[in-house]
Amino acid sequence: MSAIEKQRHIIDFMLSSLWRRKGKNLSLVVVYTFVIFLLASIMFFSHAIKKEAGLILKDAPEIMVQRLVAGRQSFIPDSYADAIRKIKGVQSVSPRLWGYYYDGQNGANYTLMANDDLRDWPGDILIGKGVTLRRATATDNTIIKKNDSIPFKTYDGAYLMLKVKGILPAASALVTSDLVLVSESDFRKIFSIATDHATDLVLQVGNGKELSTIAAKITQLYPDTRPILRTEILRTYDAVFDWRAGVIIVILSGAFFAFIILAWDKATGLSAEEKREIGILKAIGWETSDILLMKFWEGAALSLSAFLMGILAAYLHIFLTASALFAPVLKGWSVLYPDFRLTPFVSPYEIAILFFLTVIPYTVATIAPSWRSATIDPDSVMRT
Amino acid sequence: MIHLQNIHKVFNAGRPNEFAAIRGVNLTIDSLKATALKGPSGSGKTTLLSILGCMARPTSGRITLKEREITSLPERFLTDIRRKTFGFMFQQFHLIKGITAIENVMIPAYPDGEKHSVLKKRAIGLLDLLNLSHKASAKVEWLSGGEAQRIAIARALINDPDIIIADEPTAHLDTHLSGEFMEIMSRLKAQGKTLLIASHDPIVYLSDVIDRIVDMRDGMICPVDAP
Repeated sequence: MSAIEKQRHIIDFMLSSLWRRKGKNLSLVVVYTFVIFLLASIMFFSHAIKKEAGLILKDAPEIMVQRLVAGRQSFIPDSYADAIRKIKGVQSVSPRLWGYYYDGQNGANYTLMANDDLRDWPGDILIGKGVTLRRATATDNTIIKKNDSIPFKTYDGAYLMLKVKGILPAASALVTSDLVLVSESDFRKIFSIATDHATDLVLQVGNGKELSTIAAKITQLYPDTRPILRTEILRTYDAVFDWRAGVIIVILSGAFFAFIILAWDKATGLSAEEKREIGILKAIGWETSDILLMKFWEGAALSLSAFLMGILAAYLHIFLTASALFAPVLKGWSVLYPDFRLTPFVSPYEIAILFFLTVIPYTVATIAPSWRSATIDPDSVMRT
Repeated sequence: MIHLQNIHKVFNAGRPNEFAAIRGVNLTIDSLKATALKGPSGSGKTTLLSILGCMARPTSGRITLKEREITSLPERFLTDIRRKTFGFMFQQFHLIKGITAIENVMIPAYPDGEKHSVLKKRAIGLLDLLNLSHKASAKVEWLSGGEAQRIAIARALINDPDIIIADEPTAHLDTHLSGEFMEIMSRLKAQGKTLLIASHDPIVYLSDVIDRIVDMRDGMICPVDAP
C-alpha cells in the first residue's frame, strides 16, 4: 500500500478516461496547442530579435553625430570632426558615408555604405545576401555571384558598373541583407557628395559614464548637430519590436477569446456520462478527494501536453523555419526580407508567465465542476 | 453485525415535495446470513439498502456496525468503511464503459494503493472463480447481460468485503441467469460473506440461500419481520 502506487492507479485510470473521450480531448488539445504555439512564437521572436539586435549593436559606435538643417538630416562637414575630437574623453571620431539607394529593377531599397577596406579598390563592392537576389524573378532563380557586375545609377543619370568582390556572411543578415559596401570614391560619385562632407560622424568614448556629458558638449559646440547614443538606438529597437508583437497579438486576440470560450465550455461542462462515472466511483469506494485528484491529473495532463507541444512547435517555427508564418509583419518594411535564422534566446520568465496564464487556469477550470459532482451523495447512483 | 435503530429518511425536507422514504425502521442484520429485502416498488428497499451500506445518511436514527456507532462519522471515514466492508452490485450493473472487464474489477481497490501486480492477480483470480477469465481484456460494452453481472460481482468482491449488497440483481436477467446468480450467492455465503439483497423477484427471496426475508411497505417493515 503506497501513496505512489495510488497515484499510479489514479493516473492510469485518468489516461484511460482521456482516451475513452478522445474525440473531445484531442480537438481540445489541438486548439490549445495552436494557441500556445501562436503566443509562444510571438514571445520567442520578439525576445530573440531584441537580443539579436542588442548583440549586433554591441559593436556599434557609442555616439553618432548627425547634422540637422531645418529639422532634416544634412551632410556634416569634416571640420566638425576635428573640433569634436578635441573634447576630453573622446577617443576617436570618424566620418561615415551611407545612404539609401532605390533599385528600380526589382523595386528594392539598398543601404549603401562607404567602407575603408575598399578604399584602394574603387569599382569593387561587397553585397548582402538579399542583394544577390536582385536578378531573381518568379521564373528565373539566377543569383548574383562573385565577379558579377551590378549597374548603379548615379545622381546625373549615368550608370556606374561595380564588380562584386564578395558576399557578406549570412550570419549577420539581419542588418546586412540589403547592405552594399562601396569605396568612398564610388559612393561620392553615385550621390554627388563633396569630399569634405560626410553623412554622419561616429565616436568612440573611453568611459561609458561620460557619454551624456560628451553629447551635451557636442550640442553646445555645434547647436545644429544631434548626437545619438547607442542605448537610445537599442531602446528604439525594443519599442519597435514590442509594438510589432503587440500588433500581432491584437490581430490574434479574436482567436484567443474563441479558445477561452471553447476551453471554458469543454472544461467546465461535465457530460452526463462523466457525471455518471463520478457517481459510480463514489459508490464503489472512491473518496471525493480521489476524484478531484483524478480530475486534477486530467486537466494537468491535457494542458501540460498542449503547452509543451505548443512551445516546441513555436521553438521550431521561430528558430528552424525562420518564423515562416509572420516574418513579414515582425521583421521589417524592406522588400528584401532578411533570410536568416535567429539564435535561440528563450526567456524562462516569459515561459513561466505563459504557463501561469494557460496551464494553471485550465487545470483549475476542470476541477471546479468535478467538485460539484464529486460532492453528491453516492447513493444517487442507486437510483439511476 | 448491523443494527438500525429508529431510522427515518426524508427527501426534500421542508419543501412542498417532501417525501418520507423510510419511517422508523428498527432492524438487525446478522453476520454470515443472507437477508432479502422484499417489497413493491417505492417501498423503501433501495433507500434502506443505501443506508445499510453507508451510501446515504439517515435523516434521524442510529446505525451501529460491528458495535461501532457510525451515523455521525465524517464522509471520508464512511467512504473508507464502504470500501472495505461492503461490496455493491447495482440494478443497472454500473460498469464503466470503454475500459476492459479486468480494469472495471480493479477500480474499487485503486484508492488503497495496492501494488498493481498483486491487485491484477487477485482480479484474475476472481474472474477465474466466475468463469470469466477469457473475457478479462474485453471491453464491458461487448459483454452479455449475464457476463456483465458477473463482472459486477467480481468488482464487488475485489476488496474482500464482509458484506455483499445487491439491489434488484436479477431485474435484467432471464430465469436461467437468475438461477446462476443465486448459485454464486450461495457460494459466497458458504465462503463466509453476509448477503443483503433487495428484490421483489421470487427466484431471489424464495431461494434456499436466503435465511430471512424482510418485507417492506411504505417505508416501514411489515410487523411479521419486526426484530
